[in-house]
Amino acid sequence: MNFSLFLTELWNARLSLLSGLGDTILISVASVILGSVLGVFVGLAMTYGAKWLRFVVRLYIDFLRGTPVFVLILACFYILSVVGLDLTAFQAGVLALTLFCSSHVGEIVRGALSAIPQGQTEAAKSVGLTFGQTFVYVLLPQALRQILPTWVNTATEIVKASTLLSIIGVVELLLATQQVISRTYLSLEFYLFAGFVYFLLNFVIEQAGRAVERRISIP
Amino acid sequence: MSPILTISGLHKSFGKVEVLKGIDLTMQQGDVVSLIGSSGSGKTTLLRCVNLLEDFEQGSIELAGQSIGYKQEGGQRRRLSEREIARQRAMTGMAFQQFNLFPHMTAIRNVMLGLIKTKKMPKDEARAIAEKWLERVGMGQRRDHYPGQLSGGQQQRVAIARAIAMNPQIMLFDEVTSALDPELVAEVLAVVRDLANEGMTMLLVTHEMRFARDVSSKVVFMHQGRIHEEGAPEQIFGAPKTERLQGFLANSEF
Ligand SMILES: Nc1ncnc2c1ncn2[C@@H]1O[C@H](COP(=O)(O)OP(=O)(O)OP(=O)(O)O)[C@@H](O)[C@H]1O
Ligand SMILES: [Mg+2]
Repeated sequence: MNFSLFLTELWNARLSLLSGLGDTILISVASVILGSVLGVFVGLAMTYGAKWLRFVVRLYIDFLRGTPVFVLILACFYILSVVGLDLTAFQAGVLALTLFCSSHVGEIVRGALSAIPQGQTEAAKSVGLTFGQTFVYVLLPQALRQILPTWVNTATEIVKASTLLSIIGVVELLLATQQVISRTYLSLEFYLFAGFVYFLLNFVIEQAGRAVERRISIP
Repeated sequence: MSPILTISGLHKSFGKVEVLKGIDLTMQQGDVVSLIGSSGSGKTTLLRCVNLLEDFEQGSIELAGQSIGYKQEGGQRRRLSEREIARQRAMTGMAFQQFNLFPHMTAIRNVMLGLIKTKKMPKDEARAIAEKWLERVGMGQRRDHYPGQLSGGQQQRVAIARAIAMNPQIMLFDEVTSALDPELVAEVLAVVRDLANEGMTMLLVTHEMRFARDVSSKVVFMHQGRIHEEGAPEQIFGAPKTERLQGFLANSEF
């Protein structure tokens, strides 16, 4: 390993690598936010929906969780264009990760809500709270605390899964790295470097999650 | 004086099983009525119907002149809107066997929630009322504690404060001491007794026979979804008429 050569090439490639990192972050943040919002609705439908709705949503969750993310990405990219929905590779990738994320969040939210004792809802009702108020002030705050660790885990999964977008040509950090490697032939060095950056990203996410967890934990 | 609570012909089924088979009960303001009876006789279900935590199929409950949960419209029995029902639930205060405090809120927040959200009170006013009631149940010192930091007896006292701070027409107590360790029972019963002595209208389910005898203006013995015998505490405990009640009392602890 030639360390000073690597450093020189790293410096030369800094802009494309940074842009790749930027895309990785953008993809992950967008997918996690959109997927979580969608996932909360999925979880709500699973918990409070009518029977037919629960059935449909169950299918949705099981289908998405049973499909490899890789296949999901290819499907969003190739199949949707056949149906006439023209998405850029970036959009198709974010869509696939969003769907993936929503199925996980949906399941987490359902689990957390159904783990709250029935007595909580009854106590809220008995002081006159409506269903909406009960959800916002009593159920959600308890569910969120329970969800947080698993949700953070899902976020790190999404960051890792974002590398799969390189297959459909989205120049996120992995593809940007591969492009640098094809120019410099320093494959070991740059793959190690990319691996380290991914580790760092997820480390930051996990630490942030723990910090929030500590702040909101109930004595 | 017109009664504050009138239950007439109340029927309630879970699926095919009829649990309440025609209950009639009238209470005047300031009455303290104890419900006793063996397990499964329908005591909890009756309280839950009054608090609209359960629907019921037949009969009516009238509280402070309002028909609870349902209205007659052109000969049809209609369930009230969710909003109406929520408002009526706040007219009754309920204390549960398992306390059911909100674990993510301090004691005072627990008491304030209904005042702020249901009664639309400004925060300061809600806080003042909550402080007053926590003080009254002996929990003033611990108002900033979370439920997890309180003993069972303390939690139950906060739960009672939470219910009564809403200024309900009637308080419902469902075996509020049966989840407590024996040494914590007295502190909760003392709170309930104080409320009774101050003229609070209460309907309570209890297995504490001595307590029921001391605080009640009337005792109701339920058996298999019906009121089997009712009367003044001296009569129910001193001279029970029916064999069932005699048998029940013989097996109860005093
Ligand atoms: N949600 C429910 N679904 C079906 N059956 C129920 C439900 N709740 C209560 N029951 C049944 O209704 C009957 C009356 O129950 P209830 O809880 O009112 O009795 P209880 O007098 O309060 O008894 P306990 O002294 O054990 O608390 C019981 O047979 C019980 O199994
Ligand atoms: Mg009961």
